Amino acid sequence: MEITILAFGIAKDILGGIRVNITLNEPANIHALKQQLEHNYPPLKELASYMIAVNNNYASDTQTILSTDEIALIPPVSGG
Amino acid sequence: MHPNINIEILSAPLELANCLAWVQSPTCGGIDVFIGTVRNATKGKQVEKLEFEAYLPMAIAEMEKIAMQAMEQWPVEKISIHHRTGILAVGEIPVIIAVAAAHRSAAFEACRYVIDTLKKTVPIWKKEFFADGAVWVAAHP
Repeated sequence: MEITILAFGIAKDILGGIRVNITLNEPANIHALKQQLEHNYPPLKELASYMIAVNNNYASDTQTILSTDEIALIPPVSGG
Repeated sequence: MHPNINIEILSAPLELANCLAWVQSPTCGGIDVFIGTVRNATKGKQVEKLEFEAYLPMAIAEMEKIAMQAMEQWPVEKISIHHRTGILAVGEIPVIIAVAAAHRSAAFEACRYVIDTLKKTVPIWKKEFFADGAVWVAAHP
């Protein structure tokens, strides 16, 4: 399935845009998504950390992804 | 949104008076306020300006979660959190947190909890601009 990733902060620079499409084998979970992202965009591995959010909530590695989910790549936050 | 919580992410300058007016209550004996300001240097290097970017719906949801957690942990009545986005000059205000409570100790502790947790979990990013380039804060180890 093809999903759209929203990217912010340095992740936007690494992915080359605020919305990037990525293809995953189904069924897909967050772990598989991270592996594919790191394969497509190796500089992600150099970040201090990063999280994936599904529908505005931080997701665990085992969470399943649906094609209708809003997926965001969250690099280390630095608000305040 | 919880009726005693006010969260805003704004691209215009933040107004302290708005946060104060929102939390003011006749049943409260005090308001604790944290105001973040743009510092002119980081690790000895001069900062020219900052840029803040937010994942809007999630940032609002995460800030509401933090305010709810603060209300569960301390007897506070109202919490207002305003955060800026866009380009900010030195001295400008990226964040204001106002907490009103019947007694001051709860307001102080809850306010500190809100800003400390906001910095760890809310999807907002800060880019520091120097004379010789720019970096996303905390991105790399």
